[in-house]
Amino acid sequence: MKRVYKLYRVSVLGLLLFLLGAGRGFANDVGVTSINSGDTAWVLISSALVLAMIIPGLALFYGGMVRSKNVLSTMMHSFIAISLVSVIWVFWGYSLAFAPDIGGVIGGLDWVGLTGVGEAPNGESTIPHAAFMIFQLMFAGITVALISGAIAERMRFTAFVVFAALWVTAIYAPLAHWVWGGGWLGGLGDLDFAGGTVVHISSGVAALACALVLGKRHGYGSDNMSPHNLPFTIVGASLLWVGWFGFNAGSALAANGLAANAFVATHVATAAGALGWLGVEWSYRGKPTLLGAASGAVAGLVGITPAAGYVGPLSAIIIGLGGGIVCYLGVFLKNKLGYDDALDVLGIHGIGGTWGALATGLFASMGGGTGLFFGNPGQVVVQAIGVGATWIFSFCGTFILLKMIDATIGLRVSREDEILGLDLTQHRERAYG
Amino acid sequence: MKLIQAIIKPFKLDEVKDALLELGVQGMTVTEVKGFGRQKGHKETYRGTEYQIEFVPKIKLEIAISDNRVSEVLEAILRAAKTGSIGDGKVFVSELHDVIRIRTGETGEGAV
Repeated sequence: MKRVYKLYRVSVLGLLLFLLGAGRGFANDVGVTSINSGDTAWVLISSALVLAMIIPGLALFYGGMVRSKNVLSTMMHSFIAISLVSVIWVFWGYSLAFAPDIGGVIGGLDWVGLTGVGEAPNGESTIPHAAFMIFQLMFAGITVALISGAIAERMRFTAFVVFAALWVTAIYAPLAHWVWGGGWLGGLGDLDFAGGTVVHISSGVAALACALVLGKRHGYGSDNMSPHNLPFTIVGASLLWVGWFGFNAGSALAANGLAANAFVATHVATAAGALGWLGVEWSYRGKPTLLGAASGAVAGLVGITPAAGYVGPLSAIIIGLGGGIVCYLGVFLKNKLGYDDALDVLGIHGIGGTWGALATGLFASMGGGTGLFFGNPGQVVVQAIGVGATWIFSFCGTFILLKMIDATIGLRVSREDEILGLDLTQHRERAYG
Repeated sequence: MKLIQAIIKPFKLDEVKDALLELGVQGMTVTEVKGFGRQKGHKETYRGTEYQIEFVPKIKLEIAISDNRVSEVLEAILRAAKTGSIGDGKVFVSELHDVIRIRTGETGEGAV
């Protein structure tokens, strides 16, 4: 009985496929595709991998770098970022970023509350629309969480919550739309495979605005602000490395050769990033540090993000190595200029993202992208426009949002609370005995 | 009676303890402490930011001893704790007015 049913099912499926194919031939009906189970599985797993980058990955990476009195508040920033952004994404975030385009700058309100975003694929996609939506949700979450490194150890929790909600709505959603949602940057041909501009430049530059508006931590430059638990930071960085395969290879949105190429490029660039940072550090400072290796790996990851699907392994190694070196200089720049970007979000994500976006314009050679070194000089110009637009939009937008919050509810904790630590004063709890 | 307080390098503790046990010293108190002398701490670097760490970890060893044994105990500590490089530490010797063993209530030399 069962066998008969199976046979019947197979033949019906075959007939349907035949009809679909035929229908396509006659009516040129794009938008009718079937769900591919491999692609769907990969994108769902990738979404979970990106979540692991945020919690516990980024929470540990950042939490280990602050002083012990602020470790909970710092980890809380990652936790609240993904929690809050997830809900906003359902209500209006996803729609603003990805719903049918309005004037190249923003998505419409068609998908507010995820109306119509369900099991069926969107357009020519081979995965359920809901799978694409949840993958993109994680990206929005990590971008907000990344910024929190700049404001660590001194921002009021309430102010951060308000900031996160406003930022993902007013800055992230439009930017994601510009590049991936059918907006003007994507239309120009800007290449950003997995979020070099949308995620890394935008968070890094927002971090600079945060550091400038919030000001330095009390005792910056005189007190010892060394990391309180580097093993946390190393475990966190390692989880970022693992999770980033979901971020980059998942951005192929299919379980195919493009995903495999992006996976390979991501891995070797990260390794090269660690080596690049260590090399510069070792020759300038005399000692190679584990924090340097971890920072270099993250720099390599950031650098390869926009390029992951467009470059081969050798180009990826150059991009990763460059990322490690450029970001070391980015962090060095902070010490020279004196702004207090507490955990170097600009130095690593802003500078690394900028390097990666431009390098994509140089090294792109596959996956539908061609860069300067492969005969398309115009790509670097487009990449530079993308970089410039993101820098300006994210910096100015973040600056305005912060000033608004400062004028209404206030950004910083009191000096006394800052000295006591945010764990105790913002959350009334303590990490260690 | 004397109270000997020796500030020594942490990794030298076992050698000093063994040397004192060989002499028949009955007990000692050990505390992990921090401080600096001429060694003046060390530097640590995190992402290129340098911190001067002034207080370095040391071990403080305290022994109460009868007057007639002071010289051999001091000699044993100095021998066992010495590396010859800066940061070996210091020994303080001070007069001890009284010692009381809590369990029995014995006082003075008998309680040492």
